[in-house]
Amino acid sequence: MKSVGRELTRVDAYGKVTGEARYTADLEPKGILHAKVLHSEIANGKVKSFDIAEAMKVPGVVKIVTCFDTPDCQFPTAGHPWSVEKAHQDICDRKILNERVRFYSDDIAAVVAEDEVAAARALKLIKVEYEEYEPIVTVEKALDAGATPLHEDIRKDNVIAHSHMIMGGPDFTFEKAVSEAEARFGKENIEVIDRTYDTPRISHCHLELPVSWAYVDANGKITITSSTQIPHIVRLCTAMALGVPAGRVRIIKPYIGGGFGNKQDVLYEPLNAFLSMQVGGRPVRLEISREETISCTRTRHAIEGRCRALFTKDGRLLARKLEAYANNGAYASHGHAICANCGTVFKDLYADEMGSEVDCITVYTSSPTAGAMRAYGIPQSVWFTECLTDDICAVTGEDPCDFRMKNCMREGFVDPGTKIPFITYGLKKCIEEGRRYIKWDEKRAAYKDQKGHIRRGVGMAIFCYKTGVYPISLETASCRMVLNQDGSMQLVMGATEIGQGADTVFTQMASETTGISCGNIYIVSTQDTDVTPFDTGAYASRQTYVSGKACKKCGELLKARILEYARYMLANEVSDISKTVYAETVREAKNRLKESFGITDDEDIKTELIDLEEDCIVMAKEGAAFSDRRLFALSVLADTAFHSLDRSQHITAEVTSHCKENTFASGCCFADIEVDMPLGKVTVKDIVNVHDSGILINPKLAEAQVHGGMSMGLGYGLSEELLIDEETGRPLNGNLLDYKIPTAMDTPKLHVKFIQLNDPSGPYGNKALGEPPAIPVAPAIRNAILNATGVAMNEAPMTAERLVKAFKEAKLI
Amino acid sequence: MFDIKSFYEAADVNDAVRALREDKDAILISGGTDVLIKLREGKGAGVALVSIHNIRELKEIGMDSCGDITVGAGASFSDVTNNEIIKKYINILGEAADTVGGPQIRNVGTVGGNVCNGATSADTASVLWSMDADVMLCGSEGRREVPICEFYEGPGKTVRRHDEVCTGFRIRKSEYEDFSGHYIKFGKRNAMEIATLGCVARVKLSEDKKFIEEARLAFGVAGPTPVRCRKAEEALRGMSISDPEIYERFAEAGLTEVDPRSSWRASKEFRLQLISELSKRALREALLKSGAAPCTVADIPYGPEGSTGICEEPAKAATGGGEISA
Repeated sequence: MKSVGRELTRVDAYGKVTGEARYTADLEPKGILHAKVLHSEIANGKVKSFDIAEAMKVPGVVKIVTCFDTPDCQFPTAGHPWSVEKAHQDICDRKILNERVRFYSDDIAAVVAEDEVAAARALKLIKVEYEEYEPIVTVEKALDAGATPLHEDIRKDNVIAHSHMIMGGPDFTFEKAVSEAEARFGKENIEVIDRTYDTPRISHCHLELPVSWAYVDANGKITITSSTQIPHIVRLCTAMALGVPAGRVRIIKPYIGGGFGNKQDVLYEPLNAFLSMQVGGRPVRLEISREETISCTRTRHAIEGRCRALFTKDGRLLARKLEAYANNGAYASHGHAICANCGTVFKDLYADEMGSEVDCITVYTSSPTAGAMRAYGIPQSVWFTECLTDDICAVTGEDPCDFRMKNCMREGFVDPGTKIPFITYGLKKCIEEGRRYIKWDEKRAAYKDQKGHIRRGVGMAIFCYKTGVYPISLETASCRMVLNQDGSMQLVMGATEIGQGADTVFTQMASETTGISCGNIYIVSTQDTDVTPFDTGAYASRQTYVSGKACKKCGELLKARILEYARYMLANEVSDISKTVYAETVREAKNRLKESFGITDDEDIKTELIDLEEDCIVMAKEGAAFSDRRLFALSVLADTAFHSLDRSQHITAEVTSHCKENTFASGCCFADIEVDMPLGKVTVKDIVNVHDSGILINPKLAEAQVHGGMSMGLGYGLSEELLIDEETGRPLNGNLLDYKIPTAMDTPKLHVKFIQLNDPSGPYGNKALGEPPAIPVAPAIRNAILNATGVAMNEAPMTAERLVKAFKEAKLI
Repeated sequence: MFDIKSFYEAADVNDAVRALREDKDAILISGGTDVLIKLREGKGAGVALVSIHNIRELKEIGMDSCGDITVGAGASFSDVTNNEIIKKYINILGEAADTVGGPQIRNVGTVGGNVCNGATSADTASVLWSMDADVMLCGSEGRREVPICEFYEGPGKTVRRHDEVCTGFRIRKSEYEDFSGHYIKFGKRNAMEIATLGCVARVKLSEDKKFIEEARLAFGVAGPTPVRCRKAEEALRGMSISDPEIYERFAEAGLTEVDPRSSWRASKEFRLQLISELSKRALREALLKSGAAPCTVADIPYGPEGSTGICEEPAKAATGGGEISA
């Protein structure tokens, strides 16, 4: 392999560094109108009426629309591929603006004005009359017998869905396993522990805010330029929201400044389109502020995990049980998929000898909506499993690393429910590598019996993660390649670059398969649903795998077409090519080819004898006698193909790849920390993530991807948490001052290692890497704190205040 | 886009005073790191701004013939941190200024704004409180100086009148000469942060560097305004720096003088823990900067499990950063 595996500089590096790369807001036309959204100031209730008279008087105000003006269409927002099976369709539970208010800051009206100041002034002057109900902010309250259903039209109570999954036989229950184990091993030889672990609601904190602008084109197309991960899905959902056919909506996605799953949801695009339609199709811009982004778009689910484990005192894991309660907030968004995913990994990650049982409950509450976020329920799942594992070891006294080596998911694992296989298994190799790197055994010994107020600890966590969503959902991707006159090409992917480096790795893949050098491949970064072939977009850890397959398939087709044309040129050099400026070049090439392979004059030249390498038509490697295999430049072929009077052909290829494969990736994190107990301050002294992600397409980008994920993991473990006032439903810290993402000053040097095993199901031996880095960091730190102090923290984030409280309770300070 | 009615660039302090006098709703802007944030949130939308940003005299930092130091209200945090006079005589103020927000904020935000904003969390304010600095004001009725401890009336409230411009702060020689000090900002992260608690401890030792002659203790966020703990200061007078008792005495007396509140940002209990712990740590750091041999400075006792303090060789000590004699 020549292009895959190279540390190619990002194809968008110069544009992004110099500021020349154009993002949504850079593209808006002059004279655009500005919109702002009015959010409810109650958390649960109904809008009775508006008084917009004063607001309309503000100079510059063009239009005010309220929830009483929007189409009566309920639509889904999840960035899932749409399902043609009713049972798998996403929940249609919101309107463009909502009369029924379901959380504090629900969207109830919007102002369109000549500028942002006029829009802001008008917003303040709109008077709203509400009918108020009691906010039901927590899962507990929402599940109360008397709780008001937030969506009475689709659910009789606030439970979105409840699923039960088991491993260990069709009638496995944890309770039965306990009594069986008592009989088998003797009561004195087994232990059962019960623990409840909590994870916080967090914000994605992508750099670029959700911003879009919309207008109605002369042909009636409702055209929206938006910062989204999923243009083709936004098209469909926007059409559903507006009650128009999908073809009338066009979504353009330019460069975007991050999404992390928040933009794997249809956010304000339908409202933006509606507002433009309300002002005669004039361009309207809708930029959501940071505060609105935190409170009104999507969050990661706060999931409470009630866990039980059954094990022998000598460290055999017999059975585990999880009851997971996910606070989904006001709208379904991705619905039950995330909590169910959380449950799946809980049971998969360990090989319980008797079995495991998982109950997942997803609940509507009057709080900000939870949706997709990097690693989709698995940071929560792994917080549960990895806290539980170290808590088991605290009982048995066994080394947590040894325990994991003995009890973690095994080579050859296939999920019994989804049938997703673990094709190349690098989990134990990752654990061994991390153990070596962090000097686990030396440090576990050195950190025993510490005294003093500052202590060191080392901890670890493991994870597994499925690469794509097949067979739970559709996996499809498309790619188009178009040859230019000079032998360069456009690469058009339906898959989206969202900062993760997709454009760069697709360029490398296309080069690898076609033989056209990376420098001669122009990837079209913008997706335009009117032009770009279909792909469901950037989510899961799918694109390098699923869309990579489309890229490979398309590259093979393009190359076959190029080689067929090359064969034609070589075969017809006398009759047709002889008149062209390339006559001599082609004749020479033909002669050298024949000589090299010992072909006689009356024998045909077959495409098997030629190949495309480094922008050149070359002799096939197999059987060629000459070491210099070059025949002629691809540019010669391209120019001829375009302009030949005899056979003009625009060489292009376009394919859809329907992916029906999936595979597990895995890995671990090891952290060495220092904890200053009287201040509750944790300092990470050393940390490493080790990933089993198959072959790396671009090792440098892979490392950067891991750095970003680890940084998110540090925030998840130590500082990030969106707090909602339980009385009013108001977000308490919905801004970037009070919501604490780690800064560069909080981030230690991040170490990354890879175990590269060639996964045959991946297009280039690759499997998931996009999301996994964010998964294991928080529990590794938690377990390091446990090692340092003996204090088991069950709630993330482990803030200084929570730590001080726990250390005081443990009488350590 | 900010919702601003008008923006007036004042030529000098008197011009700014006049502009304020003529418009009762106008407000001053200097660095803008507080004013613009409030405007962005929609607070005070449609306001008239009077800018003192470009008044050079407000940015000056200097020392008069008596050795008193004046810090112009318009000096940015970075100006303060990098100023030679500050570095030499009251480095603790520069260190505190260097904990504000991030580099961009420190390059435009000013000490005057930090104090006049009336926030208890202002990093430079608690240091100025520990020095009994005077706030220099200039208004329609002339110039006046107010001791900083009397300047604050409550959260966000000061005695500065509408048409008064804060021109700077005066720190008397007697308040810094022979003192060493340390500021600890405790935040939920290491930058881009508003203090959960700020603690200033300063000491002046006897000539033989064995006893505490005078001590200062001040906090930010330990009450509605910065606080000064004079009982704690008294409690240390004359004590030996080698006596581990000093820490408990200092912290315990300090705890009687503070009034932190519980909020979702931090509970009262947690802030009290920080007050106690940080006052000890700041005191020890102040002592280590005092020029006394480090092994003569008592370790902070940590209960039955003992101290982890390490005694360094005297030669390695006093590596600068402390306040020295003028």
